[in-house]
Order: sequence, then structure tokens, then C-alpha cells
Amino acid sequence: MENLASLIAGFELALSWHNVAFMIIGVLLGIVVGVLPGLGGPNGVAILLPLTFGMDPTSAIILLSSIYWGALFGGAITSILFNIPGEAWSVATTFDGYPMAVQGRAGEALTAAFTASFIGALAGVVLITFVAPLVAQFALRFGPAEFFAVFLLTFCSFIGMGRENKAKIIVTLALGFLLAAVGMDTISGDLRMTFGVTELMRGFDFLVVVIGLFGVSEILLTVEEGLHFKGKRAGIDLKVVLRTWTALPRYWGTLLRSSLVGMWMGVTPGGAIAASFMGYGLARRFSRNGAKFGKGEMEGVLAPETAAHAAGTSALLPMLALGIPGSATAAVLLGGLMIWGLQPGPLLFVEQKDFVWGLIASMYLGNIAGLIIVLATVPLFAAVMRVPFALVAPIILIICAIGAYTISNSIFDIWLMLIFGIVGYVFKKLDYPLAPLVLALVLGDRAEDAARQALIGSEGDLGVFFSNGLVGTLMVLAFVLLLWSPMIEGLSWLRRRLLASRPSEAHN
Amino acid sequence: MTIQNEAGADVAAPEGGLSRRAVELTVAALLMALALMVLWDSYDRGAGWTGAGPENGFFPARIGWIFLAGAGVVLVNAVRQPPGVFVSWQQLGQVMRVLVPLVIFVALIKPLGIYVSSALFIIGFMLIAGSRNKVAILLAAALVPLVAFWIFELQFRVPLPKGPLEAFLGY
Amino acid sequence: MKACVQARILAASLLCSGAVLGASQALAWEPTKPIEVVVPFSAGGASDQMARTIQGIIQKNKLTTQPIIVVNKPAAAGGEAMLDIKDSAGDAHKLITTSSGIFMTPMTTKLGVSWTDFTPLVMMAQDAFGLWVNAKSPYKEPKDLLAAAKDAKPALKVGGTGSKREDQLLVIAMEKASGAKFSYIPYPGGGAASTQLAGEHIAADTNNPSEEIANWRGGATRPLCIFSPKRLPYDAKVVGDQSWGDIPTCREKGLDVSYEMLRGMFMPGKVSPEQRDYYVGLFRKVAATDEWKDYMARNALVPDFREGEAFLEFLKKDELHHKDLLTQAGFLAAN
Repeated sequence: MENLASLIAGFELALSWHNVAFMIIGVLLGIVVGVLPGLGGPNGVAILLPLTFGMDPTSAIILLSSIYWGALFGGAITSILFNIPGEAWSVATTFDGYPMAVQGRAGEALTAAFTASFIGALAGVVLITFVAPLVAQFALRFGPAEFFAVFLLTFCSFIGMGRENKAKIIVTLALGFLLAAVGMDTISGDLRMTFGVTELMRGFDFLVVVIGLFGVSEILLTVEEGLHFKGKRAGIDLKVVLRTWTALPRYWGTLLRSSLVGMWMGVTPGGAIAASFMGYGLARRFSRNGAKFGKGEMEGVLAPETAAHAAGTSALLPMLALGIPGSATAAVLLGGLMIWGLQPGPLLFVEQKDFVWGLIASMYLGNIAGLIIVLATVPLFAAVMRVPFALVAPIILIICAIGAYTISNSIFDIWLMLIFGIVGYVFKKLDYPLAPLVLALVLGDRAEDAARQALIGSEGDLGVFFSNGLVGTLMVLAFVLLLWSPMIEGLSWLRRRLLASRPSEAHN
Repeated sequence: MTIQNEAGADVAAPEGGLSRRAVELTVAALLMALALMVLWDSYDRGAGWTGAGPENGFFPARIGWIFLAGAGVVLVNAVRQPPGVFVSWQQLGQVMRVLVPLVIFVALIKPLGIYVSSALFIIGFMLIAGSRNKVAILLAAALVPLVAFWIFELQFRVPLPKGPLEAFLGY
Repeated sequence: MKACVQARILAASLLCSGAVLGASQALAWEPTKPIEVVVPFSAGGASDQMARTIQGIIQKNKLTTQPIIVVNKPAAAGGEAMLDIKDSAGDAHKLITTSSGIFMTPMTTKLGVSWTDFTPLVMMAQDAFGLWVNAKSPYKEPKDLLAAAKDAKPALKVGGTGSKREDQLLVIAMEKASGAKFSYIPYPGGGAASTQLAGEHIAADTNNPSEEIANWRGGATRPLCIFSPKRLPYDAKVVGDQSWGDIPTCREKGLDVSYEMLRGMFMPGKVSPEQRDYYVGLFRKVAATDEWKDYMARNALVPDFREGEAFLEFLKKDELHHKDLLTQAGFLAAN
């Protein structure tokens, strides 16, 4: 109850005219940086940070966190329209979002993505409002072994054995792990697999690879059929928003599951990227439409977006309560907090009540403002599909190049993007699945680091992965998920055998 | 105007093209070579299990073996594959019409900076794609880099590669 | 400036800088485009915070006419950033923040780069290291921890940032001084180590004050001693009635290990003396602001501003010191 009273006071603070104005400016700016792959939430926040030093901390954090919300919303736009994930956590959104756009359902896909983001973020904020201290304590129980178990769980929930060529799944998964291992190894401080090339010591950045594999390769595939866009043009009016909304309640199960997965991953902190993959993987496995995933299923857009945003929002909780940044943007925000003289940590909730509750209230309001603004832009973005291909294609490729460059200010990365574009083109045509590669690339080295940290601590004893209830449960859950499909198949095979054998027994 | 794929996509067979089997084999062979490089690098650094857990080559080496085996299976499967077309010559030509300008664009970024090379890329691409409206082409080639410059250099202070033109103008 | 404009027209590809133009040397040099500050670590870390604080101070007090841009290049423990600065020789619009990684990264990774490729500007301060334990742990003094470590099986875990770097060197020095044995667990940053300590996944960490202050104030962790040669010069209360200055040095408590780390600013090599002097002057002004003093006090940085010869002397000595430490630990890269 005390929380509610504080929250209402926070709303009063956040709803002042100038704070609402900051919120809208922040969201708009956030959408811009979220749409352009070369800019991200951290850029927007970092650039405005110096401007906010003169403002009072509450207005400043409202402005900056609104950029964060805007960027979270914006990341989905290029994923759906051009198969180019603006942010790492939008990769899973491309799996069904882009096919929807190709089928002329871009408006629907965008609406679904935005609404799902909103629902996920809201779930995260509710979590922060009511159980912050409790959850913050829970996050402390995660040591290296637990982290490893969470990553393993993500792999197992996503991978499972599909219908695709099994050898090719294994090859791309292994390739992802190996790419992730290139560069400096945190645990030993040595360089691995750089073969003396200085550019390689940076390793393969996830976004460079993904922009190439997904974005550039898609354009190459598209032009095979001639220099124009694939697919139908989207009808563009705001009615599509309402039509999509009426379909949403049907997917309450997926929305709920993804929200829970996201909150869990945000707090633990496995992160928004892992959450989006896990949300997608679980939805594919447990949804009635699972088999149709990847061909333009709305549920396949809802699941990762909800999870990513629930995680992205929940990730602010460890930052506020413990001072651990859950993401790069959160890290820059954290720096800001300190410059304003606020010390993130367990005492922030006690010492800076106004600030904390103003921020939490702005999370509710910023997300509502964000949703309204992005929904209003749906027709605008869907209209991009009407611009002639001859003009849009080079612009997309230029934006890809800028995006690849800005990640670490390296022209080498633009070449890498190009190479991965060709690799993606060949792999797609030869039916090598790309998703396992991406997942292994983004989580592979973190999983390896966690495993090795745990093993250094236990002096090489593997028992550390089953040493307490938490890690043991996670590990068992991971193996259950991995073996889920074979188990179900095995059971149905058994049942069929039994059914088949019974009549035959009767004959005897 | 309706967007429809050019009719006749289904009569690709007599047209000929790059053999799918050849591409499969090449890719699998390349992946196996990559796996061998990984294994060589990992064992060179130490891929064992010491008192303090695995060495830094342990996981890459194990995954390298799996990678090698997987690529080997793909290779064997490819040999048994029925013949097919990976990409028809005509399609490959289309892809090259995008890929070649793209490679030139990336190659020009270092000497000319990204803004000038973007302008050239847009002009080149639009001409290849068959745009006939010269005003539109020039407008796009001028506006896109200018807007990008305004957003990245002036508003967000994200420095992108610049060339002699920008230096001449004092940036 | 007129000469500059002419030079631009004459030689479009040349940057208009004092190094190029003998004629403008009489004028004090001023930056002509945005100044890039390269941070060799990721966003949110101690180096990044320092760079962003300096950025804020410069912009708030309008100390330059050109904006400051902070660029993070965290790859290869800062090696990438150092190679970038080495390749930017002559570029007077690029700076790099440094820690002792400037000695250690090249020594442990065989990268062909050294601080002598750069132009040293100033040392802003030195950063202290503490020996921190969980608040609930039974250890009251360093000797309790060391005694427990001698009997522990498996060995007690001590966390720190990265591998073969300052934190691990400290742990090795502690082992040498006491005869105890620890398992050193490398984390990607001090924040992660601090959280792991708060969650009792490790027995101790060797964080900088700025990395641990949140959890200390929150009552999750507490310091046993500080690895500085003398106590920190801050007596404002931080936690309860304790100030930074109340923390004893490890030496006082019988653990004979002392270590501090420079926090400095460098620029690429082959720049003109005017350009160097401009930035030295700039940072002198930054160091004199109240905001900087607040920042120092909040993060318990050891005041030790150096420029010119004094800084150079320090660097030479510190490099030898680190070479010694790395050699003893067996971390020097085999050539």
C-alpha cells in the first residue's frame, strides 16, 4: 500500500507539463535512434546526457528513459520491414515479422510488435512497482553456475530438433559458438582464433554479423527475381490497428508466457536478447500454431517482442536496486545517475524516494505515450514499402553499412557485414538455418565464461552445476526442454504401437 | 500497377545455372577447412582440463570437432544429392547487378568517406536499376548523404568515415 | 586563421593544424572539430564514467569551443583502442583515457604498441583498490580472511575484473605475502564482481572504491583494508560513521601489499607541442573545477595530478613496476 501511495505521488510529479513534454521528445528521439541501426538507445542517452546536467534529476531521467522506451519500440520497425534487426533483441522478431510484411501484412505485424512491446514493458513495470526489493534479492542468488544454467535453458528452449537437416543445424550452431569465441577471452586474458589479424581481436560483433546475414542477404535474395520488392504492398490505414487488436486476446497464453519469461530473464539478468529467443522458442513449441512459425504467424511476433520488453524493463530493476546495469543503455543511464549525484544501490529506494517513484511513474506514462506515438506512425512506416526499390535498396544498404561501422568505428566491420551478407545468401539458399548461429553467437561466449568461472571456483568439479536447488532445477528444466520433442514423439509412437498391437492381440 | 513475379519462374530447368551440388560441396569443404583451423589454433593454445577447470581452448576444440563432423556429414549428403540448380545464370546476373556496386561502394568508403561514396552508390544503383529520371537520381544522391550527415555528424555526434571533401569543408 | 583557410584551399587533404603550418605557430592552437575521447573499456565502467564526467564538466563550463565525443573501444582489454590511437598519430582531435592497462595489455598480449607511441598529457588521479568481503562474513581483519584461506578446500574464491590484470596481480601479491592460496575468478567488470560478492558467490573482491561503494553503502559488503600506501584523504562520512579515510591500509593490518593505478589522459604521437599544451591546459582547468573535486571525493580517487616531466617520470617507473609484477606472476607473453 505504501508503494501505491508513493506511485501516485510519482504520477503527480511525472504528469507536470514540462515532464510530459520531455517524455514525448524522448520517445520521438528514441524511435529515431531505434530505427537506424547505426544509432541505438545508448547513443541517444549518451548524447543527451550532458544536456541534462542542468535539469533536476527527475526530469532528466524521465527524458532519458523515454529515449530508452522509444528505442525499444523502434527496434522492431526495420526488423519487420526489411529483415534488418535494429537491435539485437529484435532478431527473433524478424523470423515471423518479415514474412508477414512480405505477405502484405506489414501494418498488422508492426501493430502486433508495438502492442506486444507495450504489454511486456507494462508487465516489467508492474514487477518493479510491487516487488522490487524482493526481486532484487533474488537476483543476488545467481552465481556463475546459475548463469550457465540460464543460458543452457535458453539454448534448449530454442533449439530442440526441428524438421530441418539436422547436420546443418549442428554446423550452424557450432559455427555460432566458434565465431563468439574469437577475440579476447575474459577468463584467461588471451587472444583466441585471431590468427595474428589485429581486426579479429575485437571478435565478431553480433550486430555486424546479423545485419549481414539477415539484411544484406535478404536484398540479394530479393533481386534474384528482379530489381523490385518481394511481395504485396500493404494497405495502409489506421483500421489495421483495431483489426489487429481484436485478434490479440486469442493469444493471451503466449503473451502471459512471454511476459513471465521476460521478467525472469530481465531480473536474473539473462538479458533481453536471451529473453526474446526463449520467448519465441517456447511459443513455437507450446503453441497450437507452432508448426506454422517462421512463415508469418502473428504469434511469432508477439512472443519475442513481449519477452524482450518485459526483460528490457525488468533489467532496470537490478540497475536501480543493485547498481548492475542490465544493458548498455542502462549502463549509460547508470553513469548519468552518478553524475547527478545519485548513487544507485539498495539505498536509492530509501534516500531518493521522489526520484525513484517519479521514474517508475514515467515508465508507465512513457510506455503509453510511446505506444500511441508508434501506432500513429504505422501507416508512415508501412508506406516505406511503396517507395521505388531502386531508391530504397541503396538507402537500406547505406544504412546497413553505417550501422556496421558505428558499432566499433571500423571500416573492417563493413567488409565483414558484406561477407556475412554473401554467407547468409548462400546459407539461406542451401537451407542452413541461421537462427541457431545467431543464438550461439550472442550467448555462446557468455555461457562459456559462466561455465569456466563456475569450474575455476569448484576446482574443476562438475558437481557445481547441481550444487543447490536453484541451479539443479534450471539444469533439469533445460534437459527436459531439450528432450521434449523426442519424448513427445516417443510417447506418441508408443501409444500408436499399443493401439496397433491391441487389435492384433485380439486376433490372436 | 501490380507487383508480380516475372512469369516463367517455373521453367528454370532448361535455362541452366550454377549446380547446387557443386555449391554444397564447396561450402562444406570450406567449413571443414575452417574447422581444421579452429582445431589447430585451439590445441596450439592448450585444450585440456587442468586443476582449475578447462583451458581456453577446451570448448572451441570440442565444438571444432563437432563442427568438423557436421560439415563432413553435409559433404557426404551433398555427394548423394540429385542434381539441381543453385542459382540460374539469369538470377546470378541480377544478384551481381547489386553486389558489384555494393562492393565498389564499400571499397570507396576508405578513400572517399562514406558520404561521397554513398552519393556515387545511389547514382550507380539507380542507373543500373533502370531509373530514367535524372533529376530524381541527382536529388536522391544529394539528399541522402546530406540528411545522413546532418543526423550523424551534426545531431548525434557520431563520427563516420570522412574523406578529402569533408576535410576540405573543414570537418 | 586566415592562413589556415588558405592552406585549406591549397591543400585540401591536409588538416589545418599547427604541425602542418609553421606560419600559425605563433597563435595558440585551438581544436577545429569535435574532440573524440576514446575509452578503452565498455560503457558504464570506471574509465567510462571518468570520461563522461570530464565531458560533462568541459561542456558545462564551456572550456572548449568544440564538442567532446566519448567513444568506447573495449575489445581486447583496451588493445583495440591503443592500436587505434597508435594509428592516429598526428591527429590532434583524439584523446584516450588510460589506466595501468596501458602497460599491461601490450605486455600480456604481444600487441605491437606501447605508451611511448602516444603523447602523455596528464595524470588526473590515482585509483585505490580495496579488499572487500560480504557484510555477513565472519572476517573482521585481513588476517582472518587469510587464515580461513589457508584451511579452505576448495580454495576461497576472490573476484576481480578480467584476467592477467591489476586485480589478479593483487590476488597473486596477497598469496605471495601470506602463503595462502585463492581461486581468482575473472569477471567482465567490477560491478559484476561486487554483485557476486553481495550474493556470497565469492569470498572477497579487490574492487576500486567506485565499483564497490553502492554495495558498501547498501550494507551488502564491507572493506577489510585498502591497498594504498597511505589512508585515503577523505573524512566525509560514507556509511554510518565510517569515512573512506577510516579504512586502514592493508600494510597497517599486516598484509604487506600496496598498489594504486593511474588514471590519465594521452593523445596520439607526433602532435605539436602547442597541441599538447592546449590539452594539458584544458585538463588543468578541469581538475580545478568543483565538479571534478566532487567526483574525486565520491569515488575516493587519490589526488595526484601530474603533467610534463613529473608525469613522464611516473610513467617510466610505473611501467617497470608492472613489468616486475607481471614477470613474477608469469603473465608476460612469450615472444
